[in-house]
Amino acid sequence: MGVYETQGFKLDNTGKRVVVDPVTRIEGHMRVEVNLDSNNVIRNAVSTGTMWRGLEVILKGRDPRDAWAFTERICGVCTGTHALTSCRAVEDALGIDIPENANSIRNMMQLCLQVHDHLVHFYHLHALDWVDVISALKADPKATSELAQSISNWPLSSPGYFRDIQNRLKKFVDSGQLGPFMNGYWGSPAYKLPPEANLMAVTHYLEALDFQKEIVKVHTIFGGKNPHPNWLVGGMPCAINIHGTGAVGAINMERLNLVKSIIERTIEFVDQVYIPDLVAIAGFYKDWTYGGGISSLSLLSYGDIPDRANDYSASNLLLPRGAIINGDLSKIHEVDLRDPEEIQEFVSHSWYKYADETRGLHPWDGVTEPNFELGKNTKGTKTNIQSLDEEGKYSWIKSPRWKGHAMEVGPLARYVIGYVQGNPEFKEPVDKLLTDLGLPLQAIFSTLGRTAARGLEASWAAHKMNYFFDKMMANIKAGDESTANIDKWEPSTWPKEVKGVGFTEAPRGALGHWIKIKDGKIDNYQAVVPTTWNGSPRDHKGQIGAFEASLLNTPVAKADEPLEILRTLHSFDPCLACSTHVMSPDGQEMATVKVR
Amino acid sequence: MTETFYDVLRRQGITRRSFLKFCSLTATSLGLGSAAAPQIAHALETKPRTPVLWLHGLECTCCSESFIRSAHPLTKDVVLSMLSLDYDDTLMAAAGHQAEAILDEIRTKYKGNYILAVEGNPPLNEDGMFCLQGGRPFVEKLRETAADCKAIISWGSCASWGCVQAAKPNPTRATPVHKVITDKPIIKVPGCPPIAEVMTAVVTYMLTFERLPELDRMGRPKMFYGQRIHDKCYRRPHFDAGQFAEAWDDEGSRKGYCLYKMGCKGPTTYNACSTVRWNGGVSFPIQSGHGCIGCSEDGFWDKGGFYDRVTDIKQFGIESNADKVGGTAAAVVGAGVAAHAAVTALARARNKTGIEVKQEEH
Repeated sequence: MGVYETQGFKLDNTGKRVVVDPVTRIEGHMRVEVNLDSNNVIRNAVSTGTMWRGLEVILKGRDPRDAWAFTERICGVCTGTHALTSCRAVEDALGIDIPENANSIRNMMQLCLQVHDHLVHFYHLHALDWVDVISALKADPKATSELAQSISNWPLSSPGYFRDIQNRLKKFVDSGQLGPFMNGYWGSPAYKLPPEANLMAVTHYLEALDFQKEIVKVHTIFGGKNPHPNWLVGGMPCAINIHGTGAVGAINMERLNLVKSIIERTIEFVDQVYIPDLVAIAGFYKDWTYGGGISSLSLLSYGDIPDRANDYSASNLLLPRGAIINGDLSKIHEVDLRDPEEIQEFVSHSWYKYADETRGLHPWDGVTEPNFELGKNTKGTKTNIQSLDEEGKYSWIKSPRWKGHAMEVGPLARYVIGYVQGNPEFKEPVDKLLTDLGLPLQAIFSTLGRTAARGLEASWAAHKMNYFFDKMMANIKAGDESTANIDKWEPSTWPKEVKGVGFTEAPRGALGHWIKIKDGKIDNYQAVVPTTWNGSPRDHKGQIGAFEASLLNTPVAKADEPLEILRTLHSFDPCLACSTHVMSPDGQEMATVKVR
Repeated sequence: MTETFYDVLRRQGITRRSFLKFCSLTATSLGLGSAAAPQIAHALETKPRTPVLWLHGLECTCCSESFIRSAHPLTKDVVLSMLSLDYDDTLMAAAGHQAEAILDEIRTKYKGNYILAVEGNPPLNEDGMFCLQGGRPFVEKLRETAADCKAIISWGSCASWGCVQAAKPNPTRATPVHKVITDKPIIKVPGCPPIAEVMTAVVTYMLTFERLPELDRMGRPKMFYGQRIHDKCYRRPHFDAGQFAEAWDDEGSRKGYCLYKMGCKGPTTYNACSTVRWNGGVSFPIQSGHGCIGCSEDGFWDKGGFYDRVTDIKQFGIESNADKVGGTAAAVVGAGVAAHAAVTALARARNKTGIEVKQEEH
């Protein structure tokens, strides 16, 4: 290919090739290769999903009521969201309505995941791309305290508090055993925060590590554990008993009070720590405007968080549904997950085989025959790859396309679609943030925009947990304590052959599961997940996915330090275990490897 | 300056007097006699934090997520003060070759003295390339880092047994760690994921007592996996009284009756869920109304549906069918439990005490 143009981007792979493998601080395994021009600007990007587990073939022939547990194990970071999607797919196929309380509980759990995932992502996966841990040692604790108090009412902000943390950090660094901070890019000119902001952020890194374990207790109360809480086709397994004998065996007043208190503390932490930190850090990186990729062109969201139970139409979903293409923000396209012409997966650059690789397949008819084959210009050997050949197959991720377009999914997609639809819940926080930072709307189509949308969404989700808590309490007060519909629990009540689709907005974006059920067993199961959309390799037309596009035209400070690359990739919060699990419905044995 | 284990203890408010007492008790419990106490004290006072290399194979990262949920000790204290988490792709700052360089450095500098923690497992089909890291099969990285380690912790059911990607037909031939590495002590901490406080307890036990905990014949620490969930379940009295939930959200469910008939795998699952519980002791699956799915057991994905009663599977075949279970059948189950206990006791008698892992002084 050498040099070519697609989607308005110019790709040029003639410059110096830099390989980053593993890409760390993500879920799963990923590799990225870029070409730099003589000014150290990225002119070509190749992103590769480097793991594959084959969960869908494992599901074939199993009880559809068990599918939530299998698919939940697609990912332990966005834990629960696949399980919920799976329950919805089975319920859609079998025509099962769930009780209102189950809908509220599911929404609280899904929103709880959104907050938790976004918070952990910001502090523990993403922050080190912006925050120089070692620089924090040079901070003046008193000035740090003044900075912290100028941006938030969070009480843990005294000079002594920051001094203690700094001393602990100093002792840690002086030990010479840097643990997870070993070989970091400390001192790189790409870091822009003053020492005080670094100390504040490192302090909150530790506080957030302590606090995140509290948020997930919502899952523990309703689902028994986290990660991987329990779910149920037809509702939720946690019965409610508020008034009667034996209430301690179920969700009772004490449990509900605990949920309420967790929600309140979560709102407090997000609004007093996460959001102020986000705004403060963004303020120092305003000039770093890179990483937009296809976000200003093509965005997709399925929508989620049904207000009333069992109504999955766009008007009942609190997270927006729609698609934007060709950068035309004036039109939000309808999205239909059942239409065979809309969502299709391609494999011409993925390690799978189709009979005709110029055609895409809708997930209900998905075929996934593995075909680990390297392009002829691959450097190295089959089991020791030095650099990949993007003209051939180069990833365990497929290339999903919506009506032929590569799409970006995730919090930024949701926020832009909600913004364009004029929904004040999304528009007002975006406008406020941009005003505070003195930036135009166009600035959100960037690495920072993605990171900011995620933060705003964490706050939105925390507050919405409260909404569904109140809604459930009102429903219980009105006399409805039911949590499960068992009318169609027994497979004997099911039709011989049905199919269904379930969707959610996972923390990382649009997630869909497509199921076919035959004779009470799973006949075919396909999941198309957010990182499959964002991390997709090229398709047969050479169109690039969101990861690859976002890296283009970014200057890097040091060619051998991938700080800017990590920064932009992390803004998507990649989840590779999610994206690379697809497998043939027939479960053929592995094809042999050919190096052309 | 190096912060030693002793420094950490002192900083956490432990007096020198208590520290020496601890050393003395440790010496006695290890059968070394009181004369060894000063040696242990010296070792702990001068020893650097034990490096841990945490690898990820085919997995979902739920073990890492669980680990950071630990309430006691807090994860930040484990990572900052108790051990040195020098490699963990999920948390580490470095990436690419800067990350991979750490593996070489620790292998050389701490040869025979670092712990290898493995989350997930290597796939062996396709020459291992269903999980490639640094352009090479994960199984090679596993073998190389295992070669110089002191001991291996197999986190979770993936590393311990294979877990979901190894469920039939195991298309990638995902293989548990002990079937690939056969010349190192391996401690299995199964569960999908394991309980956070069990994970940190296993680590702190090893650091404190400088030995592996006593393991059962499957390689699990007896202290946390020695009893079945059913043995310590707070709903056990309902089982014994024949009070069962019969359908989701029925009267029995709302009263917190036994979930045995709803498919609960508590009677065949060895884990600490009903005692330690989850997320700081808030709940555990049965308490929240869903039966145990047996996620810490080998091959739990292939032992029938999660809603099939455990009488349908081999390990618990005393009852002819589930409908007989109730007040009268409880006695039969009791006999089954007794038989099982006898087998376990036999196994215990055969099993030697836990493998000791002595750490060399630096």
